[in-house]
Amino acid sequence: MKVKYFAWVRERVGKAEETIEPPATVRTVEELIAWLSGRSEAYAYAFEKPKVIRTAIDHAHVKADAAIAGAREIAFFPPMTGG
Amino acid sequence: MTSPVPSCPVAIRIQEDDFDIAREIAVLTKSRTDIGAVVSFSGICRADEDSSRIAALTLEHYPGMAEEEIRRHVEESTSRWPLNGVTVIHRVGRFMPGQNIVLVLTASQHRRAAFEAAEFLMDYLKTSAPFWKKEESAAGAGWVEAHARDDEAAARWTRS
Repeated sequence: MKVKYFAWVRERVGKAEETIEPPATVRTVEELIAWLSGRSEAYAYAFEKPKVIRTAIDHAHVKADAAIAGAREIAFFPPMTGG
Repeated sequence: MTSPVPSCPVAIRIQEDDFDIAREIAVLTKSRTDIGAVVSFSGICRADEDSSRIAALTLEHYPGMAEEEIRRHVEESTSRWPLNGVTVIHRVGRFMPGQNIVLVLTASQHRRAAFEAAEFLMDYLKTSAPFWKKEESAAGAGWVEAHARDDEAAARWTRS
């Protein structure tokens, strides 16, 4: 699946997007964040406060317990500050 | 006999270029005699944020989702209020104080629907559309933090 990062999440991870293949045991957004956090210090820093991170699956906001099965694109970002 | 449902053209644009409010209102109301009220809200880059001087503001967005998220809220607004037209323009890029950032136009037969729908759309644009602001000031550059007051403003439109 494709993963995108925005704003300070993007800056901390150090890239705007990538393709990942998490193991089948990673089933929810929460579990994906925990799995990503274990990849390197950069990810751990980006996701150090998982409750602050917002997630979208295929362009729609989802909660931390949302299933990631079948997702084409998952995006992680801080709370929005547009308008 | 039921009166015909007025058509409600919707325009949603995310762009780097500036917008001309008068021109956008003229486009929205052209050849229409059923519109009795147009509310216009423009958001402008200001120089002061929590007592620090802002030199510039950079707006980042999530292409694709930003348009879809705005469209979802525009559709909700047209189902909640009798609107005759909606225009939402959100700029992205780098802005100096005084420059336009966002425009919301709502047209209706009567003012109340237009006022309420414009406020509803702005409250959701701030809290739910994927845009992020980064400020540049003498102290350096930093991402703007979301305000709880914006979440509270959006929450008052939630229907149980």
